[in-house]
Amino acid sequence: MGDHHHGPAAGITRWLFTTNHKDIGTMYLWFSFAMFLLGGFFAMVIRAELFQPGMQLVEPAFFNQMTTLHGLVMVFGAIMPSFVGLANWLIPMMIGAPDMALPRMNNWSFWILPPAFLMLASTLFMEGGAPAFGWTFYAPLSTTYAPPSVTFFIFAIHILGVSSIMGSINIIATVMNMRAPGMTYMKMPLFVWTWLITAFLLVAVMPVLAGAVTMMLMDIHFGTSFFSAAGGGDPVLFQHIFWFFGHPEVYIIILPAFGVVSQIIPAFSRKPLFGYASMVYATASIAFLSFIVWAHHMYTVGMPVAGELFFMYATMLIAVPTGVKVFNWITTMWRGSLSFETPMLFCIGFLILFTLGGFTGLMLSIAPADFQYHDTYFVVAHFHYVMVAGAVFSMTAAVYYWLPKWCGRMYNEAMGKTHFWISFIGFNITFFPQHFVGLAGMPRRIPDYALQFADFNMMSSIGAFIYGASQLLFLYNVIATIVAGKPVSDEKVWDGAEGLEWTLPTPAPYHTFEEPPQVPKPAGTI
Amino acid sequence: MSSTTSAPAGHEKYYVPESSSLAVRATIGLVLSVFGAALMLNDMTFGDPDRSSASVWVLTTGLVFFIFTLTSWFRTAIRENLAGMNSSQLHQSYVLGMFWFIFSEVMFFAVFFGTLLYVRQFAGPWLAGEGDGGRMNGLLWPGFEFAWPPVITPQEIVGGADAQVIANNGAFVSQEKSMAPADAHAWYAWLPMWNTIILLSSSATVHVAHTAILSGDRKKFNRWLGITVGLALIFLGLQAAEYYEAYVLFGLTLNSGIYGSTFFMLTGFHGFHVAMGMTMLLIQLIRSMKNKHFTATDHFGFEASSWYWHFVDVVWVFLFLFVYIL
Repeated sequence: MGDHHHGPAAGITRWLFTTNHKDIGTMYLWFSFAMFLLGGFFAMVIRAELFQPGMQLVEPAFFNQMTTLHGLVMVFGAIMPSFVGLANWLIPMMIGAPDMALPRMNNWSFWILPPAFLMLASTLFMEGGAPAFGWTFYAPLSTTYAPPSVTFFIFAIHILGVSSIMGSINIIATVMNMRAPGMTYMKMPLFVWTWLITAFLLVAVMPVLAGAVTMMLMDIHFGTSFFSAAGGGDPVLFQHIFWFFGHPEVYIIILPAFGVVSQIIPAFSRKPLFGYASMVYATASIAFLSFIVWAHHMYTVGMPVAGELFFMYATMLIAVPTGVKVFNWITTMWRGSLSFETPMLFCIGFLILFTLGGFTGLMLSIAPADFQYHDTYFVVAHFHYVMVAGAVFSMTAAVYYWLPKWCGRMYNEAMGKTHFWISFIGFNITFFPQHFVGLAGMPRRIPDYALQFADFNMMSSIGAFIYGASQLLFLYNVIATIVAGKPVSDEKVWDGAEGLEWTLPTPAPYHTFEEPPQVPKPAGTI
Repeated sequence: MSSTTSAPAGHEKYYVPESSSLAVRATIGLVLSVFGAALMLNDMTFGDPDRSSASVWVLTTGLVFFIFTLTSWFRTAIRENLAGMNSSQLHQSYVLGMFWFIFSEVMFFAVFFGTLLYVRQFAGPWLAGEGDGGRMNGLLWPGFEFAWPPVITPQEIVGGADAQVIANNGAFVSQEKSMAPADAHAWYAWLPMWNTIILLSSSATVHVAHTAILSGDRKKFNRWLGITVGLALIFLGLQAAEYYEAYVLFGLTLNSGIYGSTFFMLTGFHGFHVAMGMTMLLIQLIRSMKNKHFTATDHFGFEASSWYWHFVDVVWVFLFLFVYIL
């Protein structure tokens, strides 16, 4: 109705009824931060219990609920929605589109998330407690031995899946259909590329997860025997299906992070990204390989040797495209005119720590060695190096990098750098010692441990409290920026930034690119 | 009305809808539905019969609200199209949306086909003591032999649910007869064959309807679309008869072990999709007959439904092959 050059509606309906990609992106980002704090709180309970050997604070059953919910909330509530929020804000601005392709469905994908997590969190207060079978919910722990609240967990997963599928379809349609004239595929910013590929992964594997939880539901309530050997099924089948979803899922989490880093490192190196085309091909290769490596999560389950070998070699192949990426990021910085603002610091932190996590991943990929590492704290250390120092660091970098563009105000640089250093140090104090206790044999997901692990666990807990506290500084910095940050009005907030979003006014107006821009022939990339 | 026509030459303006309450209403419907379903299932399984009637009402209210919201959502989209707000670019977004939605459905069915394959190729033989995975057979299921369709469950071999040494989800009693052609009492009584003929024909009839609307022949379109919906209805009727036969005459139930599990999961979800596809096609038929919607160049609602119908058909071909014949 009427002309299109209006601002947002007033009041709560702006957020409830919005079809604007920036509003929806903002809601995703705030929601994911709230979930980050909730999942972080669960982590603090875990680390407080593990501060000393022996039972300290919570019952073992409750401890299991904490590890389960911590994983679920962080993966599905914090990391995934945060990158969807980033995609919503940035993809239309990066490809010169007026909005996402299907704006009302976009709003729906967001709004089903909060009730789903409310339902999931409410299981804590149900009879029998919350799900306590780990975020991987292996059968029969999640079927025969599950608390009744598992039904609510199953439906929460269904809703998250619906949300992810709709969100990804929207992103695919936007990228394929809404690019401005001249914005060819090989001119798209790498963040758009990584999200396009991530969206394909999501559309392919979220239905698989839905199928897995549906079979659980049938086993629990309708007497089927998919995951019960007594009826001719197989609990190991659950693991295969789960990891057929689960391995692409870890790339769903990390590929957008790669995209973010590929935007930020060139900006603060004041050089175009090195090897743009190889970055695209490497991303696609990682996505393809992610479908044929799932069983490396289950080497010890008793697979035939041929299976172990296939999955071992296929997994090792992933190091090749990932190596290409790390090489390209470093080469982008090589002889660049570097400066070290907060986003760049987080990206360099990402680069170092993610690579470390990649190396431990390579160690874990070796099937015979994995028999020693399997389900120990070494695995916990590995995936926190790639999930936290990988995904969360790059997400933090993204917020510092684009926040001035979003709200027209500059964050406090000193506070940002402080946040980085406390995070970096706290993170390493938390997770580096876990490599040692893991290699020495401390199993994951237990509330108590042998005395020889006491010192490293205490270090880990202290580091976790430091890392957790530093996120409050981040929250304060972001709010202070939005409320009273120093105004910026340059279109290019960062002098090295490239891309269509930096041609827009600062702060970005409510509606942008209602007329698609003509993308010039020589693009920012080679 | 809208400013969609004022775009400069060369570009049509992409229609970005104003704020809308549809998404929040759909959220309320969806969340109420699943919350009610979870309550109901838990009352059913973990026992609190007093509450179960209330939870059914939560589910029903949610579903009704959800269906109403989706109806008004589609109505809104149709009205926008009739008002000329949809550019060809927006049309392309809908095409992509439908295509990738169907792809996600393909992956959903792939899980259950994968399950069937895994059970038949790996898990079953291992349970019977064959190969790398078979070492536990002597300990847990001594005497179990694997066949497809299975003649007995591992649990029955060891003397039933009570005799089983590890925890279990209940009693799994194998079926007396399977749905394989060999178990039908006569070739013409084998319903899957008729259902295959019906569903393949319906793919052809919906294609004839498509060519009819492409040439602007509404009468022919209505006729062939009507035949398609009729065939879908017959299919569902025969499937109901088949389920009756399975449950009552063959003793094939959800509790019949992995054969019953995979059979009902695959055919059940397929049947549900047939019902959805039929509803979609029926709505297009009503739109065409009552409201004279669709022209030779503008009939995406029908086109998307027909893609969905072809997809449901292809799934059936694989079902027929892997569930019934092989």
